[in-house]
Amino acid sequence: MADLKENASQTAGPYVHIGCMPQTAGLKRRNMSALLGEVMVSDDTDAITLDIAVLDGDGVPIKDGLIEIWQAAPDGSYAPSKDFAHWGRQVTDMETGQARFTTVKPGAAKGQAPHILIWIAARGINLALTSRIYFPDEDNKLDPIFRAAEARAATLIAAQTKTGYAHTIHLQGPKETVFFDV
Amino acid sequence: MTDTPFLPRDLDWHPPALHHDYRSSRLRAPQQKLLHIPQTETELTGPTFGQGDLGPLDDDLILNYAANGQSAQGPRIIVHGKLLDENGRAVPNKLIEVWQANAGGRYRHVNDGYLAPLDDNFGGCGRCLSGADGRYSFRTILPGPYPWPNGANDWRPAHIHFSVFGDGFAQRLITQMYFEGDPHIKLCPIVQSIPDDTAINRLVARLDMDATVPMDIRAYRFDIVLRGRQATVFENQMEGT
Repeated sequence: MADLKENASQTAGPYVHIGCMPQTAGLKRRNMSALLGEVMVSDDTDAITLDIAVLDGDGVPIKDGLIEIWQAAPDGSYAPSKDFAHWGRQVTDMETGQARFTTVKPGAAKGQAPHILIWIAARGINLALTSRIYFPDEDNKLDPIFRAAEARAATLIAAQTKTGYAHTIHLQGPKETVFFDV
Repeated sequence: MTDTPFLPRDLDWHPPALHHDYRSSRLRAPQQKLLHIPQTETELTGPTFGQGDLGPLDDDLILNYAANGQSAQGPRIIVHGKLLDENGRAVPNKLIEVWQANAGGRYRHVNDGYLAPLDDNFGGCGRCLSGADGRYSFRTILPGPYPWPNGANDWRPAHIHFSVFGDGFAQRLITQMYFEGDPHIKLCPIVQSIPDDTAINRLVARLDMDATVPMDIRAYRFDIVLRGRQATVFENQMEGT
């Protein structure tokens, strides 16, 4: 069995919502159970908003994408917690292209600056894209992965907003976001 | 175990970001090479799910959108197989989500305007967990092929979309399953974005008469393989030669 290889990826297509966020496709729940990934925090007290847009090569927001994030809790830990899910997912809005997560700011995992893993699947994306979001108010230079992005590292830093952070992903062009092969 | 890194992903085995014949990839394919980075706790960990997250009909697309006493239209099928890693080990308790068109090739989605009718009893959304031995299974109907705006006359082969979680986010995978014998597999720019025929072949489910329930439902077998783990390096080996 040593020669088994991973299944090849295929695009999520334009209807990824049906399988992963059916409420946004217009599906009623009917006989299905609870939605997954929509709510990350049980208590909003220390919550922040994280607004994400994904722009294509023409600078147009993609409106049929699925975004997942995975991050540490404020203490830098990934240990399961009943108050915080670590994992969330949202679609890019079909009208505006914006995705909003309500989450908490992650703490630093050992040897790294605070960051959020972001994973993007959509029509036209053949292998889902992985990147990271770093914060403008942290010392990112101590983080080896941030440093590895060298001159393009600025594409990984979110901007501050009134209620949290906003981040724009550029799929192509001079501001193309750094995507990782992990 | 959790700290053992995953095997590197063979990017030549996956479709390239840009596949010119797949029109949507032209403006969405990153133009820079992916930056290779070491795996950290962020990529080695991932969300976990349990039976409590699922309902009793989540794995039954024949019934999970149907009115009481009714069921979805189309050829009834079981899709089943094993969730494995590249080391051949079963990957237990992982979430597998599926979505598909109905028997006429129409999705229940606000953006799908194909002229084939919706089926009142079919939603096209399902999910299940792999078992302790990696086995998974769901019931559905055979999806129909459908035309899509790409080339002048492109049709998707019948397919089911899969979203799969592993132990770590580095194993996260989205793919599609096709059906043995479908002549559209060779013609489809999305399928053919995969460079290697062996890799394509691995996405094709086989009719499995042994798992067919006589006078009820046919079965198709589809094994899913996620990235494996690098061999464990024992401390004494590191100290030795």
